[in-house]
Amino acid sequence: MYTEEVMDHFKNPRNVGEIKDADGVGEVGNAKCGDIMKIYLKIDEKDIITDVKFLTFGCGSAIASSSMATELIKGKSIDEAVALTNKAVVEALGGLPKAKVHCSVLAEQAVKSALYDYSQKTGKQIKGIENYKPEDPHEH
Amino acid sequence: MRKVYFDNAATTRVKDEVIEEMQKYYSELYGNPSSIYNFGQLAKKAVEKSRVKVARLLNSNPDEIYFTGGGSEADNWAIKGILSANEKKGNHIITTKIEHHAILHTCEYLEKKGAEVTYLDVDENGLVDIKQLEESIKDNTVLISIMFANNEIGTVQPIKEIGEIAKKHDIYFHTDAVQAVGNEVIDVKDMNIDLLSLSAHKIHGPKGVGALYIKKGTRIHNLIHGGAQEKNKRAGTENVPGIAGLGRAADIAYNNFDQKREKLIKLRDRLIEKIDKEIPECQLNGHREKRLPGNVNFSFKYIEGESLLLYLDMEGISASSGSACTSGSLDPSHVLMSIGLPHEIAHGSLRLSLSDYNTEEDVDYTVEKLINVVKRLRQMSPLYSKREE
Repeated sequence: MYTEEVMDHFKNPRNVGEIKDADGVGEVGNAKCGDIMKIYLKIDEKDIITDVKFLTFGCGSAIASSSMATELIKGKSIDEAVALTNKAVVEALGGLPKAKVHCSVLAEQAVKSALYDYSQKTGKQIKGIENYKPEDPHEH
Repeated sequence: MRKVYFDNAATTRVKDEVIEEMQKYYSELYGNPSSIYNFGQLAKKAVEKSRVKVARLLNSNPDEIYFTGGGSEADNWAIKGILSANEKKGNHIITTKIEHHAILHTCEYLEKKGAEVTYLDVDENGLVDIKQLEESIKDNTVLISIMFANNEIGTVQPIKEIGEIAKKHDIYFHTDAVQAVGNEVIDVKDMNIDLLSLSAHKIHGPKGVGALYIKKGTRIHNLIHGGAQEKNKRAGTENVPGIAGLGRAADIAYNNFDQKREKLIKLRDRLIEKIDKEIPECQLNGHREKRLPGNVNFSFKYIEGESLLLYLDMEGISASSGSACTSGSLDPSHVLMSIGLPHEIAHGSLRLSLSDYNTEEDVDYTVEKLINVVKRLRQMSPLYSKREE
């Protein structure tokens, strides 16, 4: 059902936890649908993501997608992080079952939400998410 | 690594005696029961022997047992066959919201064809309301179909009371007893049951074979048309090895009934008590007493069922969940929703279903692993961290 990469990230999720003094926090999804993702970012003065952590309530692919998304943006600039797509997450995981693709969409949105939170807190404009509002992928 | 199979409500291990019984009808006595020569009649004998064994388990007459290709076929036949044969009287069916999909989807299909269906509510323990049942009966009601025991939460319905009501109003009563056979005392005469579905692979028999008990005199049409097998009621060359296997499995279930029940209840209660004691913020789903001897169903707050199953699988434990992700839809199980669980609690459900192959060691090992898995997933859950704040 899941690829080796998905199972690897599910069994040994990277970057689990919270960052108490995070510079940006994003939370998407809801308990009703069975998945919630929360991503914490630590961003330095050069706009580089120096640390990232996540907490996820959800199925195997939700946990794996969160883990992979955090790996893909760690050490990257905020512009690179904004450009992260759910497709990139799916590809890095070697594919997701069709019914689980929304998990990767949530991961993309959690990252964008956290960056949006950072831009709100700092007043910095981040190209691509000026008026960001996550949509519920379950409704598509 | 230890292997623990706790998904016996899904299917069971076929007993060695059953396989041995079946083998004969593949390689030695492989004749067609419809053939008149002796070789065919030997196969016919096996089918009739099984009929007696299955009937004994239900306290029916052997000639009221009809073999099918499984529990779902039996359910389909009962509902479609009764509705079709009793059109003059009406087209109203009463069933419940927590039936197996073999019942629910059949009823939904018939609704599209013009039938009228009442889906009874259940209470927080999964029990039907007898009063609501009686109030739902109308002049055009032809069938009441209520499961004997629920496959997810294990709740056992007051079947005898339901049978009395059906009899009083002269309405056919069907029960899907796939989970109950071999686990609960079933007496179709005493309980006024007109039709009953059962499946072999839930009682350590083979997959792809089951039976429908049809009380003598019941007006019912065929589901499968064709040859004259099963007294012209169910066409198709008999699955002789499968039927022989079902007969042997029914025999074992009958002979070991009390012993098995006692063992399962002991294991079940040990499992329930341990989980309840060792894991905070969990709840048992289903009725505590009116419950299948092998059913345990818990919800663990703040975590999701599929990831719970996958982590347990990594520890060698096979179980099941009612979460959306395991049901292949966006909604958690209809049964858990019907007993009034909020979505997030239903998503975090775990069903452990036991058989007499399980041991106390299985129970203790599973609880030990479960404690860690729940803890690990909670540490990952934003809902859990919020609760701590």
